[in-house]
Amino acid sequence: MSTHDEATLNTNYLTATKGWKSWAFTLDHKRIGLMYLVFVLAAFLAGGIFALLVRTELMSHGPTIVSGPTYNKLFTLHGAIMVFLFIIPSIPASLGNFILPIQLGAKDVAFPKLNLLSFYVYLCGATLTLLSIAHGSVDTGWTFYTPYSLQDPEAATKVLYMTLGVFVLGFSSILTGLNFLVSIHKLRAPGLTWTRLPLFIWGMYATSIMQVLATPVLAITLLMLVFERVFGLGIFDPKLGGDPILFQHFFWFYSHPAVYIMIVPGMAVVSELFATFSRRVIFGYFAVAMSSLGLALVGFIVWAHHMFTSGMSEFANMLFSALTFLVAIPSGVKVFNWTATLYKGSISFAPPMLYALAFLFLFTIGGLTGLFLGTLNTDIHLHDTYFVVAHFHYVMMGGTVIGFIGGLLYWWPKMTGKMYHFGGATVGAWLTFIGFNVTFLSQFVLGSRGMPRRYYDYLPEFESLHRVSTFGAYILASGLFTTAGVLIHSLAKGRAAGRNPWGSVALEWKTQTPPVFQNFEQTPIITKGPYDYHLASDEELVEDLYAPDAAE
Amino acid sequence: MNDTPSSQMPVALSAYAEDVDKVYYLIFWLSVVLFVGIMAAAAYFAISGKRKPGVRAEPTGHHMILELGWTVAPVFILAYLFWVGWKGYLDMSMVPPNALEVRGRAFQWGWDFEYPNGVHSKELKAPLGKPVKMILSSNDVLHAFFVPQFRIKRDTVPGIYATTWFEANKLGEADIFCAEYCGGKGEGDTATGHWAMIGKVKIMPAADFDKFLKEGNGPKEGETVPDWGKRLYADKNCAGCHSTDGAVGAGPSWKGLFGRTEVMSDETKLLADENYIRESILEPQAHIVKGFGPVMPSYKGILQDKEIDAIISYMKTLK
Ligand code: HEC
Ligand SMILES: [Cu+2]
Ligand SMILES: [Cu+2]
Repeated sequence: MSTHDEATLNTNYLTATKGWKSWAFTLDHKRIGLMYLVFVLAAFLAGGIFALLVRTELMSHGPTIVSGPTYNKLFTLHGAIMVFLFIIPSIPASLGNFILPIQLGAKDVAFPKLNLLSFYVYLCGATLTLLSIAHGSVDTGWTFYTPYSLQDPEAATKVLYMTLGVFVLGFSSILTGLNFLVSIHKLRAPGLTWTRLPLFIWGMYATSIMQVLATPVLAITLLMLVFERVFGLGIFDPKLGGDPILFQHFFWFYSHPAVYIMIVPGMAVVSELFATFSRRVIFGYFAVAMSSLGLALVGFIVWAHHMFTSGMSEFANMLFSALTFLVAIPSGVKVFNWTATLYKGSISFAPPMLYALAFLFLFTIGGLTGLFLGTLNTDIHLHDTYFVVAHFHYVMMGGTVIGFIGGLLYWWPKMTGKMYHFGGATVGAWLTFIGFNVTFLSQFVLGSRGMPRRYYDYLPEFESLHRVSTFGAYILASGLFTTAGVLIHSLAKGRAAGRNPWGSVALEWKTQTPPVFQNFEQTPIITKGPYDYHLASDEELVEDLYAPDAAE
Repeated sequence: MNDTPSSQMPVALSAYAEDVDKVYYLIFWLSVVLFVGIMAAAAYFAISGKRKPGVRAEPTGHHMILELGWTVAPVFILAYLFWVGWKGYLDMSMVPPNALEVRGRAFQWGWDFEYPNGVHSKELKAPLGKPVKMILSSNDVLHAFFVPQFRIKRDTVPGIYATTWFEANKLGEADIFCAEYCGGKGEGDTATGHWAMIGKVKIMPAADFDKFLKEGNGPKEGETVPDWGKRLYADKNCAGCHSTDGAVGAGPSWKGLFGRTEVMSDETKLLADENYIRESILEPQAHIVKGFGPVMPSYKGILQDKEIDAIISYMKTLK
């Protein structure tokens, strides 16, 4: 897009060029980020609808709305869509694409064409997944465990489409990760030293390393699955002389780091929120930055804690249990540092901050319940029960998704140029928070009492807690829909947002709202850290929620 | 000993269940204390620091001792948790040498248990106060043998024997669940799957257990062979896929099956005689009836010759 003249480069990126081609072939990271956002949110909606169907089925003992095999497909789709189409790309590909280059003071990511390619690769992967649904969908669970995923030859095409879809989605992740790594190394504005990098960038850095290193293993594993299906190679299927446990090792060698690919971006977002809404530097900036890298590192050596009951040797179980406890240290460091950031801060309870506080609450529960699962003898009882389901929802949804929504509300005015209604957003946040806890706290108890996961039907004694959980899910859904309504309303009727609605000193708030095509009219020179509130003048801290011309 | 379920755990019916519960509640209370502590601090800081016009945040952003403290202190707690969990786990893994050996076979979708003298049962019988070693295997895909009241779980992997053990220390009944997802098939009432692999453990006094072993191999007293076959039809889960009234389920109905000529998926025609039925049960994939999928599990090792004969004589009654 070198053909743009100076004037275009310095106008609002949303209106700088026109026509559908200017979007479909755009190389602008901001537009790509927005397009990602649209698709990622659509995937969230689809995954959420499947979740509601699953919860509704479980509301009562006995068949409720669907048959058993359909239920198996519903929870598979819920899991696969949420993980591969929503959570993994959510923060990096949508918010990250938009904000990262601006926070770097750069004009774009290092490889804009690769960025657009990764978007289309994502769409291809999503299409393949949809094809598998159109063929009747898979019922293997999002983990595709062998030999079940290889068992029924009639399901072959669907499993093929789904695994190929996930395979392709993996490449989109790798490309985004690569792009971010190079951008962070090469495109920092003058004066933006490593110790002045916003924590969001540190988080994206750690995430990108994991994406680039771990995703290929998933790709290889899925490819082997495809080969086994198509050519009858005996890799994982015992009938052909393969080893189903090997599949689990491969699968978790990716999917455990994937847990951190999902949660580290959430942590990265809330670090920004805590700083902005407390008007303080994040307590222990260095420790928080390094703990992201620490998680990325430790995340690679704990995969087999998903397999304590699979029949690994006692020695392997001991080793992986011990390593798993290491994860608690960087996670704890973050929680303590965020809490300490609040101390003697100047705290605003604007909607994004509510999500940061909710994150602190929910992620702490998610982390502490991980202790039950890292401890060997309790894990034997809890493994594959609702306790695990509740645990990872506290981390993935209570952590990443809450962080994502918080980040979305935080950067929304910058991205869209519109400010939303605070009251509505606050109500949405509370409903989401309450609904979430009702849904998943009850599941911890279900699990410790012995309710296995992925059950279409259950013993009557589990009914009351299942019912509580289902009603919680409805409250949760009402919270999310309220928030969606508030955001959509802001696009249609919202007032134009000001340049720096939160009174932040971070770089992305220094440019226009919405940013100009090339992000900054002049390349910014960085002289301070992103959280140096004590060095800021009073004017810098003014919260201009609305653009001056919009305010009567 | 606690005879009632605690708030978060089911009744404890095995020797090491109480150990697991102790560790569980230790972690639980530790987590509660930490959680309440952190949340109280956060809430206090947030509310007392609520933004006031003209008041700036305090700039300090780093405190070496404090930060080292909360990095290092958890290490000790974590090391301790690891240690108790590992010790408890070792107890679960070391099978006592005098244990009674019971084979557990998982299949889509049910359980079969075999005792040292060749007796089989669908419900697991366990003698009170005697260690039982479970030798677990699977006929098809992954399953997991899970008994919450024993706090025990072990995956069954096709092609591999998995072992685990328990010692029931109270009379009563425990649940068996399959904890590893293993699919599902069928529509409506005939649908079955992972969720339906719910079984029972019956814990009985040693004398009753011995009696069960003596009587378990054959028809009950006063039962005719076809009636025994009918009981096996229900007990061994054939009923999950085969009806006896002509209704088509995941598999063909048995009504009028014996003596009929069956069309296979490759259009060959076979007479449903004793040999055909025996082969259908032991090697179901050898010939597939037209119009059905290859989903029937093999009952090799699960059904004894005498039992197959009994099922055949039951089929003969289904005109
Ligand atoms: C998971 C479902 C399932 C279960 C459980 C099951 N079957 Fe089957 N069975 C089938 C299917 C499907 C077929 C037809 C395809 C084939 O020939 O394998 C079949 C075929 C048969 C046939 C041949 C029927 C014909 O019309 O030619 C016999 C005999 C049979 N099963 C016996 C049994 C017995 C005995 C049991 C219980 C011990 C049993 N099956 C349990 C699914 C099942
Ligand atoms: Cu993991
Ligand atoms: Cu199962």
